Amino acid sequence: MGGRLFKDFSLVAATLSLFLLVGIFAILFSYAQTSMHEFGFDFLVIDQWEADEDDEGGVFGGFIPIIGTLLSTLIAMVIATPLAMGIAIFLTEIAHDKIIKPFSIAIELLAAIPSIIYGMWGLFYFAPIVQSVFGGNGVGLLTAGIVLAIMIIPFMAAITRDSMNTAPDVLKESAYAMGATKFEVIKDVVMPYSKGGIIGSVILALGRALGETMAVAFLIGSVMSIPDKITDPTTSIPVLLANNFAEAQDLELSSMYYLALILFIVSFALITVAKLYFIGKKK
Amino acid sequence: MTKETANPIMEVKDLFFTYPNAPEPTLKGNNLTIYENKITAMIGPSGCGKSTLLRAMNRIHDLYAGCKYEGEINLRNLKNNKMENTLNLKKENQLIGLRQKVGMIFQKPTPFPMSIYDNVAYGLRLKGIKSKSELDGRVEKALKEAAIWKEAKERLNDSAMGLSGGQQQRLCIARSVALKPEVLLFDEPTSALDPISTGAIEELISELKKDVTVVIVTHNMQQASRLSDYTTFMYLGDIIEFGDTEKIFLNPDEKLTEDYITGRFG
Repeated sequence: MGGRLFKDFSLVAATLSLFLLVGIFAILFSYAQTSMHEFGFDFLVIDQWEADEDDEGGVFGGFIPIIGTLLSTLIAMVIATPLAMGIAIFLTEIAHDKIIKPFSIAIELLAAIPSIIYGMWGLFYFAPIVQSVFGGNGVGLLTAGIVLAIMIIPFMAAITRDSMNTAPDVLKESAYAMGATKFEVIKDVVMPYSKGGIIGSVILALGRALGETMAVAFLIGSVMSIPDKITDPTTSIPVLLANNFAEAQDLELSSMYYLALILFIVSFALITVAKLYFIGKKK
Repeated sequence: MTKETANPIMEVKDLFFTYPNAPEPTLKGNNLTIYENKITAMIGPSGCGKSTLLRAMNRIHDLYAGCKYEGEINLRNLKNNKMENTLNLKKENQLIGLRQKVGMIFQKPTPFPMSIYDNVAYGLRLKGIKSKSELDGRVEKALKEAAIWKEAKERLNDSAMGLSGGQQQRLCIARSVALKPEVLLFDEPTSALDPISTGAIEELISELKKDVTVVIVTHNMQQASRLSDYTTFMYLGDIIEFGDTEKIFLNPDEKLTEDYITGRFG
């Protein structure tokens, strides 16, 4: 009886998550209809977001926020991935037992800091540093990308560390017993063994970077313009949505749903591609 | 098979070994001679220190910080026939050299997550051998020596993880043999295998002693008596008795050895 109830409960819970996924997609899709009819696929290349005076219509396109999202995420991933791997390798294979604990706790605490705090710190403290080193006016793609990287590093490092810790000692010992150096053991045994976890951590970090709103809203500049340089301000999908939702209506609102749908599809597609790649590699 | 004709290749002298943070040493002044091209079995109840002694012989303990050695483990340098104390080796590349001379096979098969070919070529590539034809030749030779060539030759590029447990263990032996070690240390190599695979590994070990000196830790008394030329019995970190296997099993000097072999404890 208890077993049966438990089985039904888990089935309902599992089905619910599937329904949520499909339901959210369906709602985004249906609210986006007005904008889809108006702009079609041109929405992807229109670089304007202008409401008419009377708020009835206007020209809305997703080009700039899409580019802004992809570029800031790319910058973040390029910076974060090698650093996070380095931290994980240090914590699993190199660091002395006594310092592993405090370092690990610090990393986990960093992962727990709310994003608004990263946003404020980034704007008031870090943006001026970026400005003095790279030029520009402080806020922009680069600043947003770097702070995003700082936000996802602890997260990526913690998951990678956990999966590297699962490489069995005896497997590492047998590589050492054949005369491998520490570096060779990490490269040939630990990394291939924990490949699944490492890719998983990259995917999760990618998802977080794509959807991050608050910190990026502080740092990317929130202007509807195509960045010429890496330090230029621009906007991203979540930032544009968060900034405009309060007053948007009709066509603009529908266009925002359209944009949200694109973010949904982009995240979904990236994660699917990463997973397929991983499954392909595993065989 | 008498000691007179055998040539020492390794000598353990007054060896004390202490694990990190342990209050007292696990090995308490061990003395032992390992003879060239012979099989030496180490037996004794769990916790007696036989694996600890084995793992000291190629300094695999050193992967974990804080282990303390005292005494000597001398290995004969085949170039000048002098005994050299391996406990004096400090640098990473010296330890790597030692481990290439003194290989190790573990309790569970430990194939690396790569193809059968790459597993065997792994150590050779670490040594800097790049030539495809040399690698091919040495991989084939090692697989033949480890009696797994017939099963593996058609699937050299398949993942080693797809082999059975016994095959994996023979692959691990091939991987070590490929490096042409002087001594091979076996740490209970068949305890995770079925009787048929165990038989195959035992046969293989007997074959191997033509080219290499074998030290084997085992819990299986029959295995020790079947395989080995010499047997050493350890108890609570001491070497109680060492001698010809036949003598140890039929007519041991020590009461403790006899009690263990006849199954009165352990």
